[in-house]
Amino acid sequence: MRRAAPWVAVVLALAFPLAMQAEHQTYYLSFASRIFIYALAATSLNLILGYGGMISFGHAAFVGTGAYVSSILLSEGVASAWIGWPAAVAASSLAALAIGAVSLRTRGVYFIMITLAFAQMVFFLVNSMKAYGGDEGLSLGERASVGLGVDLGSDLAFYYAALAALAAGLYGLHRLVHSRFGRVIQAVRENEERAEAIGFPVYRHKLACFVIAGAAGGLAGALLASHGKYVNPNVLHWTQSGTLMMMVILGGAGRLWGGVIGAAALLGLEDLIANHRVDWLAAILPNYQQHASLGVGAVLLAIVLFAPQGIAGMLARKNACSS
Amino acid sequence: MSWILIVEQSLNGLQFGLMLFLLAAGLTLVFGIMDMINLAHGSLYMLGAFLAATLVQATGSFAAGVLLAIPATALLGMLLEMSVLRPLYARDHLSQVLATFALILILNEAVRIIWGPDMPLSVPAELSGPVQLFPGMVYPAYRLLIIGVGAAVAGALYLLVARTRIGMLVRAGASNREMALAMGVDIRRLFTLLFGVGAGLCAVAGALLGPLFAVQVGMGENILILAFVVIVIGGIGSIRGALVGSLLVGIVDTIGRAFLPILFGIFFQPRVASAAGPAIASVLVYLLMVVILYIKPQGLFPARG
Amino acid sequence: MLELRNVSKRFGGVVATDEVTLEVKRGEVHALIGPNGAGKTTLIGQISGSLGSDAGAILFEGRDITHAAQHARVRSGLARSYQVTSMFKRFTVLDNLALAVQARSGSSFSFWRPVSAEAPLFDDARTIAGEIGLAGREAVVVAALAHGEQRALEVGLALATRPRLVLLDEPMAGMGPEESENMIALLERIRARITVLLVEHDMDAVFRLADRVSVLVSGRVIASGAPAAIRAHPEVRKAYLGEDTDV
Repeated sequence: MRRAAPWVAVVLALAFPLAMQAEHQTYYLSFASRIFIYALAATSLNLILGYGGMISFGHAAFVGTGAYVSSILLSEGVASAWIGWPAAVAASSLAALAIGAVSLRTRGVYFIMITLAFAQMVFFLVNSMKAYGGDEGLSLGERASVGLGVDLGSDLAFYYAALAALAAGLYGLHRLVHSRFGRVIQAVRENEERAEAIGFPVYRHKLACFVIAGAAGGLAGALLASHGKYVNPNVLHWTQSGTLMMMVILGGAGRLWGGVIGAAALLGLEDLIANHRVDWLAAILPNYQQHASLGVGAVLLAIVLFAPQGIAGMLARKNACSS
Repeated sequence: MSWILIVEQSLNGLQFGLMLFLLAAGLTLVFGIMDMINLAHGSLYMLGAFLAATLVQATGSFAAGVLLAIPATALLGMLLEMSVLRPLYARDHLSQVLATFALILILNEAVRIIWGPDMPLSVPAELSGPVQLFPGMVYPAYRLLIIGVGAAVAGALYLLVARTRIGMLVRAGASNREMALAMGVDIRRLFTLLFGVGAGLCAVAGALLGPLFAVQVGMGENILILAFVVIVIGGIGSIRGALVGSLLVGIVDTIGRAFLPILFGIFFQPRVASAAGPAIASVLVYLLMVVILYIKPQGLFPARG
Repeated sequence: MLELRNVSKRFGGVVATDEVTLEVKRGEVHALIGPNGAGKTTLIGQISGSLGSDAGAILFEGRDITHAAQHARVRSGLARSYQVTSMFKRFTVLDNLALAVQARSGSSFSFWRPVSAEAPLFDDARTIAGEIGLAGREAVVVAALAHGEQRALEVGLALATRPRLVLLDEPMAGMGPEESENMIALLERIRARITVLLVEHDMDAVFRLADRVSVLVSGRVIASGAPAAIRAHPEVRKAYLGEDTDV
């Protein structure tokens, strides 16, 4: 049953658009695409946070770099995604290399603070780029184009593109986790000192992991910018890093589907609160729907205090107990 | 570029630094003794400001409102500590970061529900005018008050920590928690009290800075990051480090923002200067932190031996 | 094979190791003894590379490794075990050993091929498990092992890197008589092909195994030589065993 679950998910995801009625299709396809994109971003963070044990509070820097590089290229007339998206990935990889090289020399809270600081630096630098919108952001006329007779402007086409990117990311993570490199990273998370003491160059492995995660985050950023046809510095704000961390923990850190489940759960929860009115709640607090963050915060707090292994962790436990 | 401007900006930096110290002191002790990362510290600053704004309106007096807000916030802080934060002491840093991040979300929305997105709080009329420091130099009376209060609180805190028994227990706890526990210190009660004091300090800063920076939801986040930068620079667990770090950050940030664009304007073309100047100024404190951590990875005055 | 020249380390105001000069000859079992707090674990840390040295030089097989990174020293044949068990607690015995085997056999910057396909890695790990007396326990998660088994794996992990010189920090810590016998037997088995620097409090084991003994007190080496000579050495008796004790 467990082994079939991923395939069931894939089939469902592929079939989903066909099941949607025409008038709702646009909204739900767009919403689902957004989930896929955040799932990719959260999965990239899951690699370094969940599997690698590195508490990076600056992951938004990589997602944001990807978003901005692809947006700047689009706004300058480079419409092809074949140029724009690899460029975004390259840029965020470089950023991860630079930030990681310095940050990974530190540990514990210092590491958290330095990653946060670097993300803030990127935020402020981008915020001051008046040429590309500054704090008002940058609007893009069109989404990036892939040619091949496919128009990414169509929500259906973009849905499949985002799904493909997520699937590729998840499969890549799966192979990585079971590879030699994945073993080392998980060993480092378990006991960094001993990993070094049996002969692994720990710093180099952590840095490589950081760069890979940065690259994947950058791709998510590029997709995000194209999806909304808009980018603004908020994508680089440290609260975005916090949101990604929330998704990872909610879904299950160190578990393959943690990022996906977390993104779906968080975005689903927000959508649920905003668009589906619960009458008895409205009786207590009339405009509760505008205060969705409170519910989200409460859920996160509960998860951290009572179910730190996240949703995927709870599912795994259930499966283990019943077998 | 006149020296009056330099003096004025230096005083502004001093003022901001002293207020930062009020936040950083509480934060560094929490971290130093209980090894707890508390992101919700900024929310206490926000609560202090909102409570002060409400109480000032209710009592009609700025002083009364601010003074009453301090114990009120302290009480809320202690309640928060006893209920939500205590289970987190035993947990790992990631759990603490996420749980307190969740608290920020909850408290921001709670404040929005109770008070709305912002509250008016203005400089009291008696202090809204300038004071002449010496011929040719005037400075806002209110900002002088802030400097005075900040310095007084810093002095009182120093006396408390360095000269009293409670202070000694606190310092012992900051440098070696297991030892303090072994000596029979009831660390939990001491800690709740300490947290309350920290919350009270946040309230002072929030109430005093409210008229200058606006009392609004989310005001805690930006200053929280700076407070963390301060304690990382100063050394975790060290009050002295928090003071030096706060003054350093306050002055560098204020003077940087004031003069860097001008400096850039002298050396670079106007287009470059107007973009790069403010950009670099806003990241100056982060660069400062990175440099200091490179030279002294544990901060300037690490409390742990 | 291993040479320490005036190696020192301070922690703030405390001097942990003080101008330690020591030599470990190829093929010998060299015991390092001393009272608690003498600086033995600190010295092990400095030799293995987990701690930096403030002064002095460390030479391994003629090469100066004083400033070499820890993982580089392991790659060149120098491994250590820990006084306080330090392993990958949530991994199985087999996975722990396989990691050490992986570290010395090829690059770990391989991102695609699953490790499970590398049978030689795990065969090697199983062999080592047998050598250290954990045959049949390979699938057990480390956290579930008995204390003695954990200490055996602790040493096994160091041995799995196929070192030429191994630094063992109190391998018999907390062991009962039978477990200690097993450990001594293991050390007798490996001494033929691996040079050993052994830190131990168990005097029985020390005097049975050691070719030479060095004594560390307050960070300084106060005596070094054959076991019988050390036993009779007046300063050693005073510092370590007490004036009136008959060994």
